[in-house]
Amino acid sequence: MSERQVNDLVVTLVTVTNLLVAFFISGLVVWALGEDPWFALETMLYGAFGYDEGLGYTLYYTTNFIFTGLAFAIGFHCGLFNIGAEGQAYIGGLAVGLICLWLEDWSLLIVFPLAVLASIIFGGIWGAIPGYLKARHGSHEVVTTIMFNFIASVIMVYLLSHILRPPQEMSPESRDFAEKVWVPQMHEIFDWFGLEITQTPLNGTFFFALICLYLVWRFVWHTRWGYELRTVGTNESAAVYAGINVSKNIIIAMIICGGLSGFVGINEIMGSSHRIMLNFQAGIGFTGIAVSLIGRNHPLGVLLAALLFGILYQGGAELSFEVQTIDRHMVVLIQGLVILFAGALENLFRPQIEQFVKLVVLRTT
Amino acid sequence: MLSALLLAGIIIWSASQAMAFKPAVLFDMGGKFDKSFNEGIWNGLEKFRKETGIKYREFEVRQEAQREQFLRKLASKGSDPVIAVGFGQAAALTKVAQEFPNTRFSIIDMVVDLPNVQSIIFKEHEGSFLVGVLAAMKSETGKVGFVGGMDIPLIHKFACGYVQGVKHINSGITVYQKMTGTTPAAWNDPARGAQLAKTMYDSGADIVYAAAGGTGLGVLQAAADNNKLSIGVDSNQNHLQPGSVLTSMLKRVDVAAYEVFKTGHDGSWKAGFKILGLAEDGVGWALDEHNAKLVSSAMKNKVEQVRKDIIAGKIKVHDYMSNNKCPVQ
Repeated sequence: MSERQVNDLVVTLVTVTNLLVAFFISGLVVWALGEDPWFALETMLYGAFGYDEGLGYTLYYTTNFIFTGLAFAIGFHCGLFNIGAEGQAYIGGLAVGLICLWLEDWSLLIVFPLAVLASIIFGGIWGAIPGYLKARHGSHEVVTTIMFNFIASVIMVYLLSHILRPPQEMSPESRDFAEKVWVPQMHEIFDWFGLEITQTPLNGTFFFALICLYLVWRFVWHTRWGYELRTVGTNESAAVYAGINVSKNIIIAMIICGGLSGFVGINEIMGSSHRIMLNFQAGIGFTGIAVSLIGRNHPLGVLLAALLFGILYQGGAELSFEVQTIDRHMVVLIQGLVILFAGALENLFRPQIEQFVKLVVLRTT
Repeated sequence: MLSALLLAGIIIWSASQAMAFKPAVLFDMGGKFDKSFNEGIWNGLEKFRKETGIKYREFEVRQEAQREQFLRKLASKGSDPVIAVGFGQAAALTKVAQEFPNTRFSIIDMVVDLPNVQSIIFKEHEGSFLVGVLAAMKSETGKVGFVGGMDIPLIHKFACGYVQGVKHINSGITVYQKMTGTTPAAWNDPARGAQLAKTMYDSGADIVYAAAGGTGLGVLQAAADNNKLSIGVDSNQNHLQPGSVLTSMLKRVDVAAYEVFKTGHDGSWKAGFKILGLAEDGVGWALDEHNAKLVSSAMKNKVEQVRKDIIAGKIKVHDYMSNNKCPVQ
């Protein structure tokens, strides 16, 4: 086994162990509440996978987490801790919604690329400003991006309650878009092939998310830009010495972060709710941080971690629906434990596992 | 033979009754323990459960897509009637109610015009008008305040009714108005509520009306700390700071929710609009042992007179949401 393979094995084992511990402790809590942990697990997994509607919702949440997970991962490779995906998704979603409201007589084939472009531009600008402040003035991105989350939220509330809301409507939401510009839902796509599945919010954006996973992988590991970006992230001084423009890379990374986050708007606004609404991005941006960290900031890991959080969201909701003593806070607790063990305490069992793997590898070779 | 048949009939009938009545509620994002709107509904439903022993199914949504998902799930599991809590669920309910035409749905705080939906809304502006009247009569400084939660039209509706009530008594009174914030966090920020109220008290106001969910608790606290008065909202909050809460604007969501289950149970549930204003006791003002000393008999008489005039249509209270404008400031 090469050293890299050993390393991959260790990383996988560490993640799996952490997840198991998180679930074990969640099980204890469920047990303490007087419910059967096995039944809870079964309900959760059945809710997330057991029937096509559940699976549809799971993948729908997964789609969101792929975007924000990737957004965080890109920043992380450039040495940035971007916690602004929330605001970037919000503003990106605004752009998507405005395009849909504006061009609703046009064909989806034109509107979709324009919406993608618009969310890249809006989300990108929302990422670029903190990027610029960091690159030129050294303002820390954790501070600026979180402030930009608030600014985004204020702007959206203003727009939705004063400008975009139809006069007779109570909720601060825009009107619905014409059906022509909705991203086809998954049951419609399956219908084209003569297959019937239950209607869920899952839509074509899921495939777009998979494409983004591939593109990010290509970009980070197989382009010169990606190489520069990673160099800046690994060692800024070395990057400067090698003639890499650090400022430029930070700004580019933040623009990509913003653009990817903005795609949440495609899934939520254009694919699911079909109108601009308040807080459609709630929590998705922050969950993206956990998704990326648990997925080791690698697209494949992000995909798996996004799926995990999709399962927790959907399965958790089913769990609190079926077992009435387990309320939604319990589900948040389980998510918290997963983040705690797989994200924050990732090195808890690492030394032991490393030792164990080395022992086994030595034996066998 | 006959008695056996009768007995069997009774057993089947009672079993089918027990089978048939499976009420459910879908709480909104705030959760059932939000100390405000959702909790009011929960209180009403708990009262029903204690009285009848009938359990109900519940779910608290965390995410937009879950509204439709779990409304559908409740309906497909045979729950009936189903309460959708809050105006946020209107779009989801419009869809789901059409898919389940035989299920009875009630939505609180919003209108969904479908044959199997009961829409329950409140005239908050009327209740706010009354507490405005009380504030204007009680104020010694000629200045009163209003602290809203999140900056949305619904809260402007409260504010506008309140200002109209104040100006009805004395058009010279100044009303300070502040919204706590622009995000849902504005519903749950007592520290900020206290700060806003303190600023108003420092500028000379002696009574502040809080229509701000959990944030309002800070307003009530600030009033007690500064020896001023406050006005609570939604449920009767007079007991929270006895002696410094002038009154509370009651919005009886608990009664509304209780009624849904009760009428659903006895068969008198009806689809259509149910607009609860002063006339229906859906809104009102609270008088109990905690604020009895604060409300003089003159005030009591006046506010009751105004209440009757509003019901009789002699006083027209403008609804902010009818045109998103308020005639007075």
